[in-house]
Amino acid sequence: MSVLIFADQAHGKIKKVAFEAIQYGAKVAQQLGVTATALVLGAVDNAELEALGNYGATKVLHAADARLNEVEGAVFTKIIAAAADQEAAQVVIFPHNFDGKAVAPRVAARLKAGFVSGAVSLPDTSNGFVVKKSVFSGKAFANVNITSPKKVIAVMPNTFALTPTDAKAAVTAFSPAINDADFRVKVSSVETVSGEVPLTEAEIVVSGGRGLKGPENWGIVEDLAKTLGAATACSRPVADTGWRPHHEHVGQTGLTVRPNLYIAIGISGAIQHLAGVNGSKVIVVINKDPEAPFFKAADYGIVGDAFEVVPRLTAALKQIK
Amino acid sequence: MKILVCISKTPDTTAKIAFTDNNTKFNEAGVQFIINPYDEWYALVRALELKETLGATVHLVTAGGADTEPIIRKALALGGDEAFRINTDSQDSFYIASQIADHARKQGYDLIFTGKETIDYNGAAIGGMVAELLDLPFVSIAAKFELNGTEATIHREIEGGEEIVKVTLPVVVSCQKGMAEQRIPGMRGIMAARTKPLAVVEPVATDALTSVTSFELPPAKAGVKLISPDNVEELVKLLHEEAKVI
Repeated sequence: MSVLIFADQAHGKIKKVAFEAIQYGAKVAQQLGVTATALVLGAVDNAELEALGNYGATKVLHAADARLNEVEGAVFTKIIAAAADQEAAQVVIFPHNFDGKAVAPRVAARLKAGFVSGAVSLPDTSNGFVVKKSVFSGKAFANVNITSPKKVIAVMPNTFALTPTDAKAAVTAFSPAINDADFRVKVSSVETVSGEVPLTEAEIVVSGGRGLKGPENWGIVEDLAKTLGAATACSRPVADTGWRPHHEHVGQTGLTVRPNLYIAIGISGAIQHLAGVNGSKVIVVINKDPEAPFFKAADYGIVGDAFEVVPRLTAALKQIK
Repeated sequence: MKILVCISKTPDTTAKIAFTDNNTKFNEAGVQFIINPYDEWYALVRALELKETLGATVHLVTAGGADTEPIIRKALALGGDEAFRINTDSQDSFYIASQIADHARKQGYDLIFTGKETIDYNGAAIGGMVAELLDLPFVSIAAKFELNGTEATIHREIEGGEEIVKVTLPVVVSCQKGMAEQRIPGMRGIMAARTKPLAVVEPVATDALTSVTSFELPPAKAGVKLISPDNVEELVKLLHEEAKVI
């Protein structure tokens, strides 16, 4: 018996969300008195695989097949189901990121496993198998009881702080039977936009809104972000008018982010915007309008002119760095 | 070409979120219900655009009680041709996906569109499950969909970028912003929707694998701590020492 964790990678690097999923899965395994096995698909260095022990995986299954470097949901599903079978896994864990969303529901349907996505708590096994998940776009939580023998859980990113150890995992090659014909979705090109911190994985996000008046004024946002090692984001009107690219848009129709620190500059805080950021641990709002609704959702606020406050804040941060 | 668009009834984006019956039910009092925005603005409108440019029949399917009929009529008013309501109150994603898959098996579709998730349950599950149950390819969180014969070119979002994939129909696609632009139904559409077929389908026997035991609201924020714009050093100190996030 075991808990199986799908450890997502990109370009040979295991993602931070995968560490979070492994740590979560290891804790579930502990609760159930079984072991945690991580599954890695695609080319990844052995040292990196062994290091997954840092997060509680005792065993790592690795299918190094280069065809698996990019995600094909149906193929991944077949492999993960085969691994779950081999390891007698009753619980399969995913990160609730883009890849997780492409694969986890398929795996759940294939295993006929009850599925909870966006999990923000470990299961409560005192009366069933109850997992808390985020619902209503971050405005509430639901406690969901998984009643089937097999269970699939997709863990909300940036929810569980990592506490790595020095433990190493035992790496075992895994060679599932797959054919070229199984790859029905073919990747023709990949455009990664920033090359810097992906917005959804960033621990700090600096975000700008219409209050910045135009794309030429984004320098102060970028300077602040650079000083903090943060990713930059924007509100919907900013993306819609083309001041900033769409992949930076956070909110109901854009990305959902859950950083440790979200700094909103010149954003009023419409309910649709809040839906994309309300999972942030700490929110700072800088806005010259004291009536901006965002202040109600903020932890810290400065009522003032962004063009004065933000450069001053950047300078003050440089002092302590 | 036959396209199926899966739609779901959700509370309006700005609805007050509150619960009743000892926090086991969403409080519907005074809440306006809409078509889940991802289903309507992106999945349905893109399907209608394909119908207009390439010729297609657009079917709609939803799972729910009679109270979902207003949103189905709205989807028909926007241009859907025929609707199916699977008569169930189940909220479990596997149960609902099994119903949609059964419907799709009987009808046979070239293309199945869903929204990327609903704005109430945020499951992001139905598209992937339906694809698996039908053994079809699934492209998640698509921002662009073009069709050339039976080959689709789809832009899907990935961490920090975008992936362009090609796939041969039939395929299941979950849709997000970028696919299409919101439309408002016209008077003619609203009139026509009244007489378009809406079939009520009884669910097939399947198990629900999850159930919601209760809801809870996040703890209220302590309230914003305002800092003088002339004292940004104080903010830096608070973020460092009190919030411990920098």
